[in-house]
Amino acid sequence: MPEFTNGNIPVVTGDTPPVRGKLVGQDYATPDMVAKVTGKSKYSEDFRADGMLFAKLLLSPYPHARIVNIDASEALAMPGVKCIVTKDELPGAADYITDLGEKIEADKRSDVGLAMEPMYQGEPILALAAVDELTAADAIEKIRVTYERLPFVVDPFVSLRPGGPNARTDGNTWARPEAAPGEEPGPLDVVEVKWTEEDFKEYAEGKMPMGKPTDEWSFGDVEEGFKNAALVLDETFATPNTSHQALEPRTCMAYWQGGKLFVHVGSQSTIQTVPAVARWMNMSEDDIVVISEYTGGGFGAKIRGTVQIVIPAILARKCNAPVMLRASREDEHNIGGARPSVTGRVKCGFDKDGRITALDMYTVADNGPYARNGDYSNAATMVSLLYQPPAMRWRGITVLTNTPPRTAQSQPGGMQGITLMEPLLAKAARQLNIDQVEIHKINAPEGKARFGPPSGAGAQAYTTSCFMKEALDSGAAMFNWKERAAASGTRNGSKVRGVGVASSTFVGGSRGFDGLLVIKPDGKLYIQTGVGNLGTGNYSDSQRVAAEMMGVPWEKVVVTWGGTNKNLPWSCASGGSQTTHATTRAAHAAATDAIAKLREIAARALGGRPADYLVGGERVYRRGGGASMSLAQAAQRAIAMGGRYDGHELPEDINKITATSAKNMAGQGLMGVARDNYDQDGRAFSFVAAFAEVEIDVETGSYQILDFLAVADVGTVIHPSALGGQILGRSMLGIGHALGQKWVYDQHLGIPLAKRFYQNRPPTILDAPVKMQWGALNIPDPETPVGARGIGEPPVASGCCAILNAISDALGDEIFRRAPVSLDMILTSLEAGKPVTEPMTAHV
Amino acid sequence: MSDEHDPQSKYVPTRRDLIKGVIAAGAVSSTGYLFRGSITRAFAAAPGSVERMLTLDVNGQQRRVDVMKQETLAMTLRYKLGLTGTKLGCDRAECGACSVLIDDVPHYSCSVLTHSTRGKKIQTVEGLASPDGTLHPVQQAVVEQQGFQCAFCMSGFLMATVGFLKTNPNPTRQELAHGISGNLCRCQDYDKILTSLMRGAELSREVNNA
Repeated sequence: MPEFTNGNIPVVTGDTPPVRGKLVGQDYATPDMVAKVTGKSKYSEDFRADGMLFAKLLLSPYPHARIVNIDASEALAMPGVKCIVTKDELPGAADYITDLGEKIEADKRSDVGLAMEPMYQGEPILALAAVDELTAADAIEKIRVTYERLPFVVDPFVSLRPGGPNARTDGNTWARPEAAPGEEPGPLDVVEVKWTEEDFKEYAEGKMPMGKPTDEWSFGDVEEGFKNAALVLDETFATPNTSHQALEPRTCMAYWQGGKLFVHVGSQSTIQTVPAVARWMNMSEDDIVVISEYTGGGFGAKIRGTVQIVIPAILARKCNAPVMLRASREDEHNIGGARPSVTGRVKCGFDKDGRITALDMYTVADNGPYARNGDYSNAATMVSLLYQPPAMRWRGITVLTNTPPRTAQSQPGGMQGITLMEPLLAKAARQLNIDQVEIHKINAPEGKARFGPPSGAGAQAYTTSCFMKEALDSGAAMFNWKERAAASGTRNGSKVRGVGVASSTFVGGSRGFDGLLVIKPDGKLYIQTGVGNLGTGNYSDSQRVAAEMMGVPWEKVVVTWGGTNKNLPWSCASGGSQTTHATTRAAHAAATDAIAKLREIAARALGGRPADYLVGGERVYRRGGGASMSLAQAAQRAIAMGGRYDGHELPEDINKITATSAKNMAGQGLMGVARDNYDQDGRAFSFVAAFAEVEIDVETGSYQILDFLAVADVGTVIHPSALGGQILGRSMLGIGHALGQKWVYDQHLGIPLAKRFYQNRPPTILDAPVKMQWGALNIPDPETPVGARGIGEPPVASGCCAILNAISDALGDEIFRRAPVSLDMILTSLEAGKPVTEPMTAHV
Repeated sequence: MSDEHDPQSKYVPTRRDLIKGVIAAGAVSSTGYLFRGSITRAFAAAPGSVERMLTLDVNGQQRRVDVMKQETLAMTLRYKLGLTGTKLGCDRAECGACSVLIDDVPHYSCSVLTHSTRGKKIQTVEGLASPDGTLHPVQQAVVEQQGFQCAFCMSGFLMATVGFLKTNPNPTRQELAHGISGNLCRCQDYDKILTSLMRGAELSREVNNA
């Protein structure tokens, strides 16, 4: 049984004793909750500035066109209209120098916010600022744009056909040019790839064509693996395009003051939005202030703010007034980012016990028109980790389409790859007559599990730790799996119940960020963080590690976040399931630095060596009793001593942004400031096992999820209630992909038909399972000082696939070949006795 | 309401009215960002239009405000009365983030014309807590249970719940879920949301029975 759950389950721990302190592992109310429930928390659209103007976007009516002429004279002559901005006036993408001095060259074909060659219907062409929004909207209507229409495509397979249209004039996919032997291939470039009629010969039978890929890798002997298999399945499956649809639209307000640019925007990373804006605006980081205290959801689409920040920023400079660009719900469809659909064909061999012998996977992604989206490739890496095939080949291509730009969405690529695999795994278990949990266990990763393509030296990367099997066992016990599986498929009148299990994984942490804190003479611990506040609790939860280590009660901790004018350190973004791992390490590093300084100060003031002193109970005290001093006194002494003690001298390896913030805070008390330099053997991944029971009405095709459970292997639990929210919330995001969430495009006109919530259908509270439970093993990760990893991503695929597998367990394998599974898909397939929805046409 | 024109009567603005209107609009222009430029247009285009200066009953206070005839309550609350706790998630009655109570009944304020709320009692999330800062039991429960994540949807859920509990103070989980099913959360932690709001219902009963 997992140690932490939302039910009253007896506590059983893993092999390693769990960390559970006074703060770590305890529930509490985050410091922002009262502001949130009283409506005082300010999101980007809640800020006002004197003389603020409003911007509106002019959108392309065509999926692909070149702009021949823009006549804005009538609009600009209207009273109240101030100015317009087009792509020509945007700085464009700039090169980027990383912390390590490495230069990342700007992609001249990336999305810069406005376009003169719009590449999807709804792409912004220009923005106009006026004294109020109605005037701006009226003025937009008065602008005359002359377009030259260009060929377009919204379906990857249409583009790959011989003579098929390209989404861009320069090609339909991204690839590295082939290199001469012994030479490095050049940088990624847009190229044209067409497959042959021969490649498409099985398309009509619903088998995905597999022409020339742009990428491939393999390990082990795949052919040998298939020869030794007792069962070989060859399945084609498709996952949907889905918008991120954070409830808060990407509104941004910008103004200039004393040569500095101030932006109010929702962001998953307050601090990392500064260099991003610097790059988009081609200006110095020192001249940018980002205010982002509360962010209304991101899911990957607001990692470092959003490129559209440049629009109000440029308009504000041009009009010499603050400008707000209020994004509408339809703007969110256009510019808000989306997960790419991945269509896959997987050939998989199993021995008689269900163990995979070989896996051959081909993925085709719907990339949108701009930068290469890596989901088609990530899909294979995650599959290689989660099912541990002894031999695997992956081939893939991401095809450019005239649809809105894709952005990493919760579990990018992993969600799609695992969703291509899970229905196949469930089918194999049925054909081999193996229990569904057992087939997941026999293929599960364990310990330092290897994954991905071998590097140049021939070795695969591996995880820091993995307890997938334990999560499956825990979940099976909590869910009463055996008993319920035995009854799965039993019909009661028109109702059939089915149970499903699915496993999932994703990256669970990054490292190398900075921690910054100050103990002031008032005895309080002031902790700074540059992470975004998405409500996951991270900005505050991770700081409890530092407070716990220093024995400071939570009431005496002041957490500062949300504005880069508030001396924030360089922190991890709140995304990619990296955050808990990265920020607890940074907090640990800063607290360790502060503790060392406290012991030095005590030794100097009270005699003895620093090693003679310990920190706890708001004091620095001598081991075994004797002299001690309070943290407040130590802070006072640190100021008197100066140097490194109060932040006047700083470590050389911290980020320059952290150094600036630390300098601003120097002299205020005892400073703990350090970069997370902790070693790590392996890469951090988190794991989830999910279980579901559905009840399907075979007369109507409708189904309801009766019960759902997800058990996570996420290392040490920092804040149980916040963790539970993430496990079940992200499970629901995945469940949405099973139930009904998707894009629909008109293939012939290239226009979206499902831009709004009621059309693209994210789950409502009535779609949620009647009963939901979560659990966490609480086995610390051995490769990180706090033992904690992130959790946002892994529950997505397992949420989606537990539902898919429960449906097929109830009704058999002849129902669906794509997700989401709609009630008409169930009804028509049951009637026909085979899956009637073909898996490949995009956007249906 | 005696100082206001009958909306049904034929009203033709005189030059004097127009000047008065502009002066009145000027007085609120620092909060009237969205509509400033439209001030004269609305008059000129709308003979027989409704009076623009309204007195609204918001959170127990009488708020005098200049309102265009096509203006939604969400816009008035957010951009003229400074009540930004009411959120706009879709502006088309799909998500419920803008839910407020009008005469104790939850409404999507993005889809209610402000003029239709004359003489009615409007309550927003800012009006839930007592003047002394004591949280409403539903707010208290959400804080205790860490009931929402990003909370952009939260004020809408709170208002929908408080409204629903007025008609059914002792709901089952399923009944409350139905009662607030017009509200969308994209962080999707519906289970914890429902748990915290059920706890809110329980605390509300305790307060009401005390």
